[in-house]
Amino acid sequence: MDLLYYPGCTVKTSAKCLETSGFAVIKALGHNLVEMEEWNCCGVVASLTDDDLMHHLAPLRNLIHAEDQGQEKIVTFCDMCGNTLKQTNLRVQESEEDFDTLNNFMDQEEDYKKSVDVQHFLEFLRDDIGFAKLKKSVKKPLKGMKIMPYYGCTMLRPREVAIDDAEEPTILADLLKALGAEVIDTPYKIECCGSYHTIEQKDLTAKRAYRISQAAKDAGADAIMLSCPMCKFNLDYRGKDAEKIFDGYKQIPIYYYTQLLALALGLDVENCEFESHTVDPIPLLKEKKVI
Amino acid sequence: MSTEANNEAARQANAADTPEVSIVNIFVMGKRYQVPAGLTIMAAIEYAGYQLIRACGCRAGFCGACSTVYRKDDEQKLHFALACQTTVEDGMYLVQIPFVPASKAKYMIEDLKAEENTILSMYPEIARCVSCNTCTKSCPQDIKVMMYIQNALRGDIAKAAELSFDCIQCGMCAMRCPADIKHYHVGQLARRLRGKYIDTQSQDLKKRVAEVEGGQYDKEIEELVGMSEEQLRGLYNKREIEAKKKKKEGE
Ligand code: SF4
Ligand code: SF4
Ligand code: FES
Repeated sequence: MDLLYYPGCTVKTSAKCLETSGFAVIKALGHNLVEMEEWNCCGVVASLTDDDLMHHLAPLRNLIHAEDQGQEKIVTFCDMCGNTLKQTNLRVQESEEDFDTLNNFMDQEEDYKKSVDVQHFLEFLRDDIGFAKLKKSVKKPLKGMKIMPYYGCTMLRPREVAIDDAEEPTILADLLKALGAEVIDTPYKIECCGSYHTIEQKDLTAKRAYRISQAAKDAGADAIMLSCPMCKFNLDYRGKDAEKIFDGYKQIPIYYYTQLLALALGLDVENCEFESHTVDPIPLLKEKKVI
Repeated sequence: MSTEANNEAARQANAADTPEVSIVNIFVMGKRYQVPAGLTIMAAIEYAGYQLIRACGCRAGFCGACSTVYRKDDEQKLHFALACQTTVEDGMYLVQIPFVPASKAKYMIEDLKAEENTILSMYPEIARCVSCNTCTKSCPQDIKVMMYIQNALRGDIAKAAELSFDCIQCGMCAMRCPADIKHYHVGQLARRLRGKYIDTQSQDLKKRVAEVEGGQYDKEIEELVGMSEEQLRGLYNKREIEAKKKKKEGE
């Protein structure tokens, strides 16, 4: 099946490994992601905290581009892009007045027909493919890997656009089980990583990375698996910074679910682009004989 | 012949002698002037008695000095044009924007690398783009301005360079952007990075530069410098035009 793919800026710059491993996975599953012919920045989640319609233009424009291409669904890897696109999609469904204002502003463009569905790649795996079926495609189970699934905020909040239960999400844990890993569950799975504070308040974010990763370690995890590029940066990069703040602390590796999925499907480790990570994820994989 | 027909004939004959010039009303900074239709905005402003010291350069649509903003009498929309390229229309309210304040990042192109975040680190404000597309709608060159900013943001330098190629740095986009982006400097950086680091270098050019630097043409240049205007003109007229030569060879 060909799926229309919305990348977003982050997977084209600092989170390329998410895209590369995701593409490898989808190909192995017999589907194809086709990048949208024209797209712009999703507008980023934080912009929607201002209640001005201006910031809904960027996401709406992308939804219109999808319609231009005759598609009813776009799939994205990035939690933040998915969240922003979904929020705007919801806003124009719910408020006819806002929808009119936006359409009037974009007077040279086609009006949005509200026909596009925004899907996170995780939703595609869970709802369209199904974890049970995915499990059958696993060639190299992640046996012996003790991993804490980490959800962060943007795939779960606000509730209206969440892809899972905001308090007790299971989607990543279910995926991990399908891949043969041991799930380490802690309440820190939904603790905020610090998000954009990483720009201005590096220490604050480093301390949060420490709290989350330490909770995982205390519960017996060797690593964390997540989906969001922002969380990944904070837990991996700022987590490394935390080693300078907390004596004797050692940051555990952070994996994207697409990377572990690629390995479990028996794909070459090259597809994971682990060299872009701060904490080297390879030694653990070797120790557990995954690669 | 009736008097009516006579009159009509006279009128037509008259019209043939002195073609009727229709006059349009334009407003320069709020003051009304009647100018002949068919003039460019620039010529019309001069016809109205202004002397252009700024807001005028090449008069050929290349320099970007003559940006003009106008709105027609009863129109809701604002328009953007180059004064030297656009003809006047009745009811235009005009203003020239000879200069746009837009600071340029300082860099040594040799010290940069063409990486995903190179442009973003020089012009971090591109991340503020809300995709309103106002810049695109303001561009007298019909450039997809928003899309070149968006490509710069996602680190696609080659595409940003390609989309901004026709930019003449008039600055209209930068005056209109709600995110205060300085688009044309961003496009210029993209093109410089692409030219220096992404496109394959022309081997012929390299060879020719080496020849020039090696002094191969010094004598010829000296001869040219010493010639009179007449000699130069003669030489110019006799020059060999490559395209013509190729055509001949083909025949
Ligand atoms: S991109 Fe901006 S500066 Fe360049 S020609 Fe268009 S409006 Fe003028
Ligand atoms: S005018 Fe500014 S904010 Fe609007 S699309 Fe252009 S660059 Fe983005
Ligand atoms: S005077 Fe140079 S572009 Fe108009």
